[in-house]
Amino acid sequence: MTTPASSPALRLDAVCKSFCRETGESVLALDNISFSVGKGELAALVGPDGAGKTTLLRLLTGLMKSDRGIVSVLEIDAAKDPQAIQSRVAYMPQKFGLYDDLTVQENLDLYADLHGITAEEKRRQFADLMEMTGLDPFQKRLAGKLSGGMKQKLGLACTLVRTPELLLLDEPTVGVDPLSRRELWEIIRRLVKDGMTVLMSSSFLDEAEGCERVLVLNEGKELAEGPPAEVRNMALGRTFLAQPPQGMKARDFQAQLLAEPDVIDAVPEGGQVRLVSQARSGGSQSTTLARTTARATPARFEDGFMVLLDQAGGAKQTYTEAVQPEKPLGDSRHESVVEVRNLVRHFGKFVAVDHVSFSVKRGEIFGLLGPNGAGKTTTFRMLCGLLPASEGTLTIAGTDVRRNRASARQHLGYVAQKFSLYGQLTVGENLDFFARAYGLGGEKKRERIAWAISQFKLEPFILLPSAQLPGGYKQRLAMAAALLHRPEILFLDEPTSGADPFARREFWQRITSLAAHGVTVIVTTHLMAEAEYCDRAAILDNGKVLAQGTPAELRAHASGPAGHSATMEDAFIAIVLEGRGKPAAKPGAAQS
Amino acid sequence: MNNWPAKWRRIRALTLKETRQVLRDPSSIAIGIVFPLMMILLFGYGLSLDVSRVSVAVVDEDASTDSAALVGAFRLSPYFRVTVADSMAEAKRMLDRKVDGVLSIPSDFTRRWHLGEAEVQILVNGMDANEARIMQAYAQGPIAQWSAARAGSDALISAGPVIVTDRMWFNENNNSHYFLVPGLIVLVMTIIGAFLTAMVVAREWERGTLEALFVTPVRAGEFLVSKLLPYFGLGMIGFLLCLTAGQFLFHVPLRGSLFLLCLASMIYLMVALGIGLLISTLVKSQFLASQLAMLLTFLPAMMLSGFLYDLRSMPAFIQGITYALPARYAVALMQTLYLAGNVGSVVWLNLGVLAAMATVLMVLTRLATRKQLS
Repeated sequence: MTTPASSPALRLDAVCKSFCRETGESVLALDNISFSVGKGELAALVGPDGAGKTTLLRLLTGLMKSDRGIVSVLEIDAAKDPQAIQSRVAYMPQKFGLYDDLTVQENLDLYADLHGITAEEKRRQFADLMEMTGLDPFQKRLAGKLSGGMKQKLGLACTLVRTPELLLLDEPTVGVDPLSRRELWEIIRRLVKDGMTVLMSSSFLDEAEGCERVLVLNEGKELAEGPPAEVRNMALGRTFLAQPPQGMKARDFQAQLLAEPDVIDAVPEGGQVRLVSQARSGGSQSTTLARTTARATPARFEDGFMVLLDQAGGAKQTYTEAVQPEKPLGDSRHESVVEVRNLVRHFGKFVAVDHVSFSVKRGEIFGLLGPNGAGKTTTFRMLCGLLPASEGTLTIAGTDVRRNRASARQHLGYVAQKFSLYGQLTVGENLDFFARAYGLGGEKKRERIAWAISQFKLEPFILLPSAQLPGGYKQRLAMAAALLHRPEILFLDEPTSGADPFARREFWQRITSLAAHGVTVIVTTHLMAEAEYCDRAAILDNGKVLAQGTPAELRAHASGPAGHSATMEDAFIAIVLEGRGKPAAKPGAAQS
Repeated sequence: MNNWPAKWRRIRALTLKETRQVLRDPSSIAIGIVFPLMMILLFGYGLSLDVSRVSVAVVDEDASTDSAALVGAFRLSPYFRVTVADSMAEAKRMLDRKVDGVLSIPSDFTRRWHLGEAEVQILVNGMDANEARIMQAYAQGPIAQWSAARAGSDALISAGPVIVTDRMWFNENNNSHYFLVPGLIVLVMTIIGAFLTAMVVAREWERGTLEALFVTPVRAGEFLVSKLLPYFGLGMIGFLLCLTAGQFLFHVPLRGSLFLLCLASMIYLMVALGIGLLISTLVKSQFLASQLAMLLTFLPAMMLSGFLYDLRSMPAFIQGITYALPARYAVALMQTLYLAGNVGSVVWLNLGVLAAMATVLMVLTRLATRKQLS
C-alpha cells in the first residue's frame, strides 16, 4: 500500500507485542504490524474488541514498549526516548483521566501548566476551546458532574490546550450520544483541516468512513491498510436491500438471513434488511432471499469490513441459535403490557422526567432514545420500581407499580448499564445467587440455571470469576441472570455500550428471538442503527417525549441528502435540535 | 527540555491540583484533621493510665484523735475522695458500686499503735486489677505521712518505721499524658503520612487518570514531589495540633528543644510518606493499599513502638521486629525530647536511623514509579 512521500508523523515497522495472562499463557496482542500515518492525515484504527487498538496507541505514546519492531513517532524512537514523544503528542485514553473533583476550568488549567503554554497562548486557546466544545457555561462545574458527552469533550479540550503535532484518541465516541458524537467529529475534522495529524481508534465502523487512512485489526493481526475506499470496495456488488415477505418483521427476516451460509452480514434498515452476500450480484442466492426481492445498494465501509473478516475466517459467529420459547403467546399479541401515563419525576426543582407517556404491547421491542441526561435511566428506574414516581400512572402486566412494587417486579427483568454482577463470584455462583434472589429453589432453580447456561453458551466459563469474563460474555451473563425467573418484560439500559459490531449483532439476535417468543423488551441505546431493531421508539430530550413511532415514521422527520433516505441518526439529530428550538442542521453531516 | 521554570510550573500545578483534591475530599480532611483531634481527646481524656480521686469509704471504729488524724491524711491526699461509713457492713455494700476501696480502722487501733503493731485494713475492689494495684500503692502515702507525723510529735516512740520515698524521674507525677502525648504525635503522623498517601497514587491508577497525565511533559519525579507536598503540609498541621494540645491542654513539659522536636517530626513524616507512597505505587489498588498501610504502619505504631506498651517487657523475638519499625525510633525520640531533654546520644542516633529510612524509601519509590503501563 502507498506510503506518504514526506516523512510520516508516525510509523510502525514489523511491531510485535505480547502479554502474559494471569493463567501464564502468552497472548499476541500485536502481530507484525506495519503502518504509517502522514503529516496532516486523519487516520483510524478499527477492529473488534481485543483487536489490539489500545495496545497500538500505548506503544505510540511510549507507555508500553514493543517486543520487536520499530515504533517511531515524529521521528523519535519510542523505545529510546518516550519522554520526548510524551512532551509533543496529545493522547486521550479511553477512560480519560479527568479529575472529577476539579472544575472544568481547573482541569484545563492543570493541563495548560503541564504543557507549559504561555499566558497569552492560553487565553487565545481557551477561548477557542470553549467555543469549540460548548463548555463555556460550565467552567465552574465539577468535571464529575458533567454528562458523558461533556466529559468526553472536556477530555479532548484538555489534550488540546496546546496545539499538538499529533493527536491520538482511543475510542473517543464510546458511550456518547449521537448529538455529542457529531459535535466531537466536527471538532476533530476542524483540527485536521488546520493541519493536525490525528489517529483515532474506533469500533464504530461508520466513523472510519470519514478518515483518509485506516488500519483494520483483528486479534492482533492486520487485515487491511489504506484508504477506507479500499475496504469498502471489498463489498462492491455484494450489498443488497431486501424486502421482508408480507407480514414478517424486518428483524425476524434479518435473523433468518443471517442463518444462511452465503450471507456474510445482515442488519435491519428502514423496514428492510441490508445484507452482504458472499457472491457478487448474479451469483447463487440463498433460499430465504429467493422468496423476496432484493435490490443492489451502494456498499459502505462496514460491509467491506464484514467481508474482510469473513475472508479472515472469523466474521460471522454462530449467533444464530434461538432462545427457546418461554411462554406461549396465544392471542395476547395485542394486549398492552407496559402502560406509562404522564409520568413525572422531580429532583428538587429539576424535572428529570416531564409527563412521559407510552405503551408497549406484548412481544414488542420498544426503544428509548435520547441524548445523555434526557431522562432515560430515570424513567427506567421508575418502571422497575427502584425510584418512586412524582406523578403519573405506571402499569406493568396489569399491576400498578406505584402501589405494588414487589409484585410488579416479579414480571420484569432488569439489566443495568454496568451489568450488576458480582465480580468475585464465578459465573455459576452469580447465576445461583440471582436465582435465589428471585425466589427460585430446588429442582426449579437447577432447571433454570441449566437453561441459562445452555442458552447463553456459558458452559466453558462456569468456574471463572465474572470480573474476568470477556466483555461480550459479561453482557450475556447479565442477561441470563435477568431472565432466570421467566420475566414477561425485560428492561435493558444501554446494553451494547462499548460492544463491538459482532457482540452487538449477537446481542440483537437474542433480543429478536426473545421478542418473537413473547417477551416484551424496552431498551435504551446511543446507537441509532440499533433503533432499527425496535418496533417502535420514543425520542426523549430534557425529560420530554419529542417523537414516538416506528423507525420508518421517525426517519420521516429528516430528509436525507439528495438521493439518499435519511438515516436514523439524521432523524434523531433533527428531532432533538428541533425540540431545542435550534434549526435542524444539515443531515448526513455525521458521516463523510 | 530540563529547564527549571517549566519544571517548577508543572510541580506547582500538580501540587495545586493535589491540594484541591485534599480540600474537597471529606475523607482526607476527616483523616487529616478530625482524626488527630479525636485521638488527642480520646487519649487525653478518655484513656488515662492514672488513678486519681479514688473514692474510698472509711470505717473508723476506733474514733480516737489518732484515727481521725489518719482519716485526715487520706482526706488531704489528692488521690482519694473520702466518704465516711458507719459500719463495715455499709462500707461493703458501698464497695459494690459507689466506692473503689474501703479503709477500715479497727477499734483497738490506738491501743495497738502504742504497742507498735497498729493495723489498718484496706479493701480494694479487684475488678480492675491495674487500678487496684495502683490504689494499694497510693494508700501507702497517707499512712506513711501520718505515721511520720505521729513519730515526730510523740517523743516516746523513738524508732519510727523506715519511710521509703519514691521519686519518679522525668515524669514526677507519674502522669500518663506525659508519655502519651509524644507517642500521639507519632501515631497521627503515621496515619496522615502512610495511610492517606497509600491511597493517592493507587487512586490515580484506578481512575485511569495517570494514563493521560503521563503523556505530558511531566516527569515521574515531579509527580511524586507533588504528591508529597500537600500531605506533608497536612501532617504538619496534625503535628501542630498535637503540640498545642500537649502544651495547653495537658501541660506536658517540653524539656528538649522545639527545633529538634520539629525536625524529628518532619523526618518521621517523610518516612511515613515514603512508606505510603511506596505501597501506593506498588499495589495500584486503593483497597489493598489501605489495608497494607494499616497492617504495616498504623498497628505496629500503636502496639510495637513503645507508645502504649513497654518494649522491654516483650519477648525477644518481637523486640527484634521492633528494630525494623520506624515508629519505634520516632517514639523514643519524641519521648526523650519531651521528657528528658536534648540527650545527644539518643536524639542523634534515632534521628540518623529515621533519616536513613526516609532516604531509602524515597529512592525506592522513585525507582518504582515508571511512566509505563503493563
